[in-house]
Amino acid sequence: MSGVGTSQMEMAAGKPVRQGNRAVRRFLRHRLAIIGLLIILFLVLACAIGPSLLPYNQLHIDLRHRFQAPFMGPHILGSDQLGRDLLARLLMAGRISLTVGFVAMVLSTAVGVIIGLASGFYGGRIGGALMRLVDAVLCFPSIFLLLTLAALTTPSLLTITVIIALTAWMQVARIVDGQVRALRERDYMIAAEALGASDSRLMFRELLPNIVAPIVVSATLNVANAILMEAYVSYLGYGIQPPTPSWGNMLNNAQEYLTTAPWLALLPGAVITLAVSSFNFVGDGLRDALDPHMDLPG
Amino acid sequence: MARYLLSRIGQSLFLLLIVSIIGFALLHLTPGGPLSQFALTPGMTAADLHRIAHEMGLDQPLPIQYLVWLWHLLQGDWGRSYRDQEPVLAIIGEHLPATLELMASSTILAVIIGTWVGVLSAMRRYSVADYLATIGAMVALSIPTFWFGLVVIYIFSVSLEWLPSGGIATIGNGSVLDLARHLILPCVVLALVTVATWSRYMRSATLDVAAQDYVRTARAKGLRPGQILRQHILRNAMLPMITLAGLQLPTLLGGALVAETVFTWPGMGRLFLDSLGYRDYPVVMGLLMVSAILTLIGNLAADILYVVFDPRVRLA
Amino acid sequence: MSALLDVEDLAVRFRSDSGEVTALEGVSFSVAAGETLAIVGESSSGKSVSALAIMRLLPPAPACRVTGRIRFQGRDGPISLLDLPERAMVAVRGGEIAMIFQEPMTSLNPVHMIGRQIAEAVLAHEGGGKTAALRRAIELLDLVGIPDAARRAESYPHQLSGGMRQRAMIAMALASRPKLLIADEPTTALDVTVQAQILDLLRRLQAETGLAIIFITHNLGVVAEIADRTLVMYSGQVVEEAPTASLLAAPLMPYTRGLLNSVPRLEAALRPGQRLPAIAGNVPDPRHRPAACTFQPRCDWAQPDICGVTRPGMERVAEAHLVRCARWREIAV
Ligand SMILES: Nc1ncnc2c1ncn2[C@@H]1O[C@H](COP(=O)(O)OP(=O)(O)OP(=O)(O)O)[C@@H](O)[C@H]1O
Ligand SMILES: [Mg+2]
Repeated sequence: MSGVGTSQMEMAAGKPVRQGNRAVRRFLRHRLAIIGLLIILFLVLACAIGPSLLPYNQLHIDLRHRFQAPFMGPHILGSDQLGRDLLARLLMAGRISLTVGFVAMVLSTAVGVIIGLASGFYGGRIGGALMRLVDAVLCFPSIFLLLTLAALTTPSLLTITVIIALTAWMQVARIVDGQVRALRERDYMIAAEALGASDSRLMFRELLPNIVAPIVVSATLNVANAILMEAYVSYLGYGIQPPTPSWGNMLNNAQEYLTTAPWLALLPGAVITLAVSSFNFVGDGLRDALDPHMDLPG
Repeated sequence: MARYLLSRIGQSLFLLLIVSIIGFALLHLTPGGPLSQFALTPGMTAADLHRIAHEMGLDQPLPIQYLVWLWHLLQGDWGRSYRDQEPVLAIIGEHLPATLELMASSTILAVIIGTWVGVLSAMRRYSVADYLATIGAMVALSIPTFWFGLVVIYIFSVSLEWLPSGGIATIGNGSVLDLARHLILPCVVLALVTVATWSRYMRSATLDVAAQDYVRTARAKGLRPGQILRQHILRNAMLPMITLAGLQLPTLLGGALVAETVFTWPGMGRLFLDSLGYRDYPVVMGLLMVSAILTLIGNLAADILYVVFDPRVRLA
Repeated sequence: MSALLDVEDLAVRFRSDSGEVTALEGVSFSVAAGETLAIVGESSSGKSVSALAIMRLLPPAPACRVTGRIRFQGRDGPISLLDLPERAMVAVRGGEIAMIFQEPMTSLNPVHMIGRQIAEAVLAHEGGGKTAALRRAIELLDLVGIPDAARRAESYPHQLSGGMRQRAMIAMALASRPKLLIADEPTTALDVTVQAQILDLLRRLQAETGLAIIFITHNLGVVAEIADRTLVMYSGQVVEEAPTASLLAAPLMPYTRGLLNSVPRLEAALRPGQRLPAIAGNVPDPRHRPAACTFQPRCDWAQPDICGVTRPGMERVAEAHLVRCARWREIAV
């Protein structure tokens, strides 16, 4: 008890104490997060170098081996209606989906951080207006917004990524806004302000470093969300367009072949689930590791 | 209390205003803007279009246009579908009940299961069951809903042939049993995400409440564990869940869109996708606005329910 | 006459991430029927843990281990509380031993009416119907001096003042005429006049019903007013036990003397929420308690070659006066 008390007091008095080491140890204790991290590394490596090791190109049409079931012929994970190799397609699709996920995360986090910083720092009217904007955008189901925007633009890797980012920045903005509002009243901020530091210096040099932890957590969860969103729009036909494979659009026609070639539906979905849950587990582990108030079993 | 509710209604109306601005901005982003519906009509000349634009007030400054648009919106004039010239609001009204049926049934299912799982997790914290529930919820939140739909169709329709793979009813068979059989799969699929979220929040709400002094009092006065759980822990743990239910509405609506697509369910979600396919922007915009309004109403309803269930707010 | 409650060699250990904490060790005392025993001591000396151990309200086994013996003269004969199955313990809680707490605000459920919360206790132990229980709840509210009880029964906790809430808690505790009431700092959160009213109420109830009370407090003024006997706790142990009058007149343990010295005038009640003025130094961290006398580092009388070597046991110095101090003889003169 007394330990928590003093560290809270230290945090209230000055800059939050650095807890780097303890955070790393806590994260390592989180077995699922470690497994998630390993799976992500494996997926990234496989998608990066896997395709060059395979005998088939993802676009290679092999009409003699259409609808080949997994492990039943030359195609390890089977083939689709055109005889294209499913594994090659999955790996190439992974490049696209993971890239969309990461880039959309970077964009949405950047937008969220800037809006949250501005809103929390200036507070008052500006802050209120920005947060009401966040509330208003959150009123729309993100898939509805996503599809509308996607239908209004010509689909390409870039537009899809940007659109996903545009519908995913609000949570980050909210979190940053809340943290900044709390930090702004601390002594060291008031001191820095009294010393005449500029607004941007205060925001990016003084405030931002102190709220990295929650941003990292929500950024990680944002990757998961972006991969999922890409899957949704592409599945519904408004995302990445064939023949470029993505994890979402591989499921496009899968429903038709559910009776004859269920693996076409089952495998890509399983890979999406694997990737998304890995990011979610890592995010969860990070949250536990970086949050000083958490409790772990003994 | 009346003050509080009035201020909440005020806030909602203000949000609605911002929502309408976003809706208006999106409408003007559509290729050709609101005029495009006439551009497709055969035999339409540039001069005709100009005249129509003038009649519609499209040559007015944007703020004026917005006000006019809002005024029409408030009067229930949401434009007409490009496809069949039906009023947008009427079309949405036709599709709303199916979506509400799906959302309501899946919410009931999810709340029952989610509450049960969450409370059990909290009561047996750090047990194997608790870990499994944690992992299960995390995976459930990571599964693409449409894929989960495909999986259950594969299992229950294709392989086992127990349940229909889509539609709201067999044509020519309006029996309750038939309706229920069609409802089961989409309902379960839509419930997946809600169960996961609900059980996580229920777990932490239960843990919070179980550590409260008044629960210790309840134990000290000799109540049985079941009684303490029902009368004291659950009753209080439900309070934050009411707010959560309101906040989850957009997610639920989004999920409904996907579930309806997979199961060819004739609701708002399908209508949305069909309209997108036809570039039927008035309907698309109408649906966007309706979904935002539903969310606002849901949040307001959650606030009112909260007031009903928490005497501290009610009597303040 | 055998005691109503007899605690023998009670020890409580908490286990957590950071190791094991011995919150209580070797605690023995007894309470006679109709008597008031006060337990005093600085913060975290183990007062509440002792009370919760008797009520068996501490966390379950792996996180917390309770050893020793607690015997209680129940209605149907003597029982050993620590060996009682949980089902039977439920009947004892609130039925034969009742407990009230420091914070009457947080100790009452905010979403239920006061009357209903009392009726719950009545129903649990007396049975009968809901309406009968509610009627009894109103009687109880009346008994503890709440004006307009029938209307007050329909109030929610936040609508009552702190004193009223504590009265409601007492009413709840009396629901099935317990023989023992454990009051854990019941007046600490209240202001002075209300505090006096609550003490009056407890005394009156005790006179009327023959209730025994364990009264936990920081406030020695309160002790002087209400307790027949007093137990002084320090760092998880009982360090002195005596009839209140002789304890206040001739304390033998240096810690008790420190406590008394730091109260300017006995009859002057402390401000609400005020802790005992500190004795120099701090209570030792329960994880690193000295193997010898636990008070020795803060003690003016300490002699390193005696007090720093072995931990003294409880010694009987007079008929009902026990002390844990190697040098009580020198202190006594
Ligand atoms: N649930 C628990 N888990 C771990 N340690 C505990 C727990 N409850 C109490 N303790 C520890 O037991 C010791 C005694 O605490 P206790 O609450 O009995 O003190 P107290 O004398 O009642 O103090 P106060 O006057 O502040 O109420 C303390 O060191 C406390 O940290
Ligand atoms: Mg205490």
